[in-house]
Amino acid sequence: MRTPLVRWSVLSVSLALALTSCAKGTGGGASAPAPSAGQFNPGASYSGTISVMGFGATDEIGTTRVDLAKKSLGGADVKLIEGDLDIQQFLSSVAAGDPPDIIYANRDQIGTFASRGAIMPLTACVQGEQIDTSMYNKNALGQVTFGGEVWAVPEFNQVQITMANADLLKEAGLTIADVNGSNWDKVTAAAKKLVKTPGGKLKVIGFDSKLPEFLPLWAKANGVDLLSADGKTAQLNTPEVVKALEFAVGIYNAQGGFAKVKAARDSADFFGKGNQFAKGELGAMPMEQWYVNVLNDVSPKAPLAFDTFRTPQGQPLAYSSGSSWAIPKGSKNAGAACRFAKTMTLVDTWKAAAQARLDKRKADGKPFTGILTGNVQADAEIEKMLTSGGEPWDSGVKAFYEANKNTFSLPANPADSEFKTAWQDAVNRVLNGQEEPQAALDKAQQDAQKALDEAWAGWTKRTN
Amino acid sequence: MRWIETRAALLFISPWIIGFLIFTAWPVINSAYLSLTDYDVINDPSFVGFDNYVTLFEDPKVGLALRNTFLYTVMSVPTQLVVSLGLALLLNSATKATGFFRTAFFLPKMTPPVAVGILLLMLFNGQNGLINAFLGVFGIDGPAWTTDPDWVKPGLVLMSLWTVGASVVIILAALRGVPQELYDSALVDGAGWWKRTLRITVPMISPTLFFLFIVDSINALQSFTEAYTAFFGSGNTTYSNDAALFYAIYLFQQAFEFLHMGYASALAWLLFIVIMAITAVQILVTRRFVHYEGGNP
Repeated sequence: MRTPLVRWSVLSVSLALALTSCAKGTGGGASAPAPSAGQFNPGASYSGTISVMGFGATDEIGTTRVDLAKKSLGGADVKLIEGDLDIQQFLSSVAAGDPPDIIYANRDQIGTFASRGAIMPLTACVQGEQIDTSMYNKNALGQVTFGGEVWAVPEFNQVQITMANADLLKEAGLTIADVNGSNWDKVTAAAKKLVKTPGGKLKVIGFDSKLPEFLPLWAKANGVDLLSADGKTAQLNTPEVVKALEFAVGIYNAQGGFAKVKAARDSADFFGKGNQFAKGELGAMPMEQWYVNVLNDVSPKAPLAFDTFRTPQGQPLAYSSGSSWAIPKGSKNAGAACRFAKTMTLVDTWKAAAQARLDKRKADGKPFTGILTGNVQADAEIEKMLTSGGEPWDSGVKAFYEANKNTFSLPANPADSEFKTAWQDAVNRVLNGQEEPQAALDKAQQDAQKALDEAWAGWTKRTN
Repeated sequence: MRWIETRAALLFISPWIIGFLIFTAWPVINSAYLSLTDYDVINDPSFVGFDNYVTLFEDPKVGLALRNTFLYTVMSVPTQLVVSLGLALLLNSATKATGFFRTAFFLPKMTPPVAVGILLLMLFNGQNGLINAFLGVFGIDGPAWTTDPDWVKPGLVLMSLWTVGASVVIILAALRGVPQELYDSALVDGAGWWKRTLRITVPMISPTLFFLFIVDSINALQSFTEAYTAFFGSGNTTYSNDAALFYAIYLFQQAFEFLHMGYASALAWLLFIVIMAITAVQILVTRRFVHYEGGNP
């Protein structure tokens, strides 16, 4: 009786020990040997297949560039693993030693990946392939620079501009200057004039300050970044941020509260021809530039007015965000991946993609409204290719090109997700009526700083 | 002969055993080990002893998430049971098209939970939602279900009724098993519908109700998808609501958003212990109300 029991016990314990010992990851963190520039040769040809995770060439901009990038490899095939980058899938593949050759990630994810050793620094790639990094938007490049090294090749740039319903503005005796952020008192007054709540039901949102996501924009307009330039110190409860939050939340309160605005926002047909601007259900809001194209496509007759988003000093301002190409640690085709990233973001590649878009738009009888590429030289070239769509669309395009020249961004850091969650949770607690701005941001400051300190300590430990 | 049978049995169940060992036993043992480490998926886990468990008790969000989860469980489980029982009784008394109604009640269960989360945002929209429109018919100004922290959980509870179809079918099967002669005798004794339901039906199907009570409780304590979709992960919105921060959502955030796999493993073990304790209490407290035809075990 005892023998089988003992046998099973020994087997179980052995199994448990074996399994737990297997639990050690295969990753080597930052201790893996650094790649050398010799690995990346602009004259080399590549064979086999390179796998690209997180990118889908779903339109002419994507397909044109992928075709050119594939051609530049000199024979290698390209396999796209489409859909947004699945972080868990990606990290697991790195840990298992079988990562894709290159990934397409949001720029704000790069600090986290770099700090954990999931991707490789591109210093050697940049040197070897002779990539001129000065062609990239400096804020975009800043978002992928971590610990003094470039970890990804940036592309695309999203910026915000002010969008408004011209008819509603006119009806209320207002102009776009009243809602472009250049005078906060005027914005609040305009929101009150534009809002319509017959029978207590919110029919027209006067001004949507786009919280929580646009707090960094309002804070910067008020003179401060949410994070210090070195990415190490949270600045969430500074008087400027508190005031910015009070103002942006106050706009909702002046219209009956955030709950009503959000409910109206949620029930809108955002991407359809029944969008809030077309139906006269929204006075004004700051919004990313791609929405100009959406509006032009689905409601070309909508009475719109555009301007840049402006600081109280009247200067255009936009928060820059976008995508980037990074090479995972353990990539089996790092050389080809580097070439792919370079070619995807070259000026000529962007021009070819823009031409494809222009041709398509022309065939559809629509204007070519441009692309913000994250490459300043390409942007300048593409701006020359724009075709007129008449007013108000030309003003919209002009506004986002101007905004693109006046951007800011937050630096790469190893705790981006926790940092973002901390300030967004704080804003949400204020919006939900659970806390006052100062108290919420004080707590966010504590949480964010703790996360940053721990993450930076981890990075220091791994690199020393 | 017996050994041959045993070997054959082991052979036939070996696919399941292998699957269980690889996909359940190993992750469980591994997570126990990881809960004692600092682990970010990429780098080797570093042993930190019980630090993660100490952090659990210092982390205010753990308390918030547990409180939200308990409140939701306390509200949703009895509501789901009562509604399921009511629908099953209605179905049981139907004489025509019972197959159709049974399918109709079960169909919503087939809706993917993510779709249910999106549906919640539409149905419970404070301005243009059907629920508030319905309340408006009676002159009631409906609340802001999706933003007011006081109404977020009740909204989720009501939405959870969307998927009671499976429970309805299980209870219906139990109702069909109640001997007709018991009702006949009660009728002869002059018992009305309520009395027959309370004195015969409910006791006779109490093992089924008990089973659903336990299973629904465990499910509620692990609630994730609908609340996550509606309040944490839908589209590009950065809006979220603390009132919907269930324990499993916080665990997911720690594991897959912040890459704190060690801490998330400790969170998972705490949840496991909590569920075990609650289930044990439920069994102890409620078993005297459960009637088994063959005698209570």
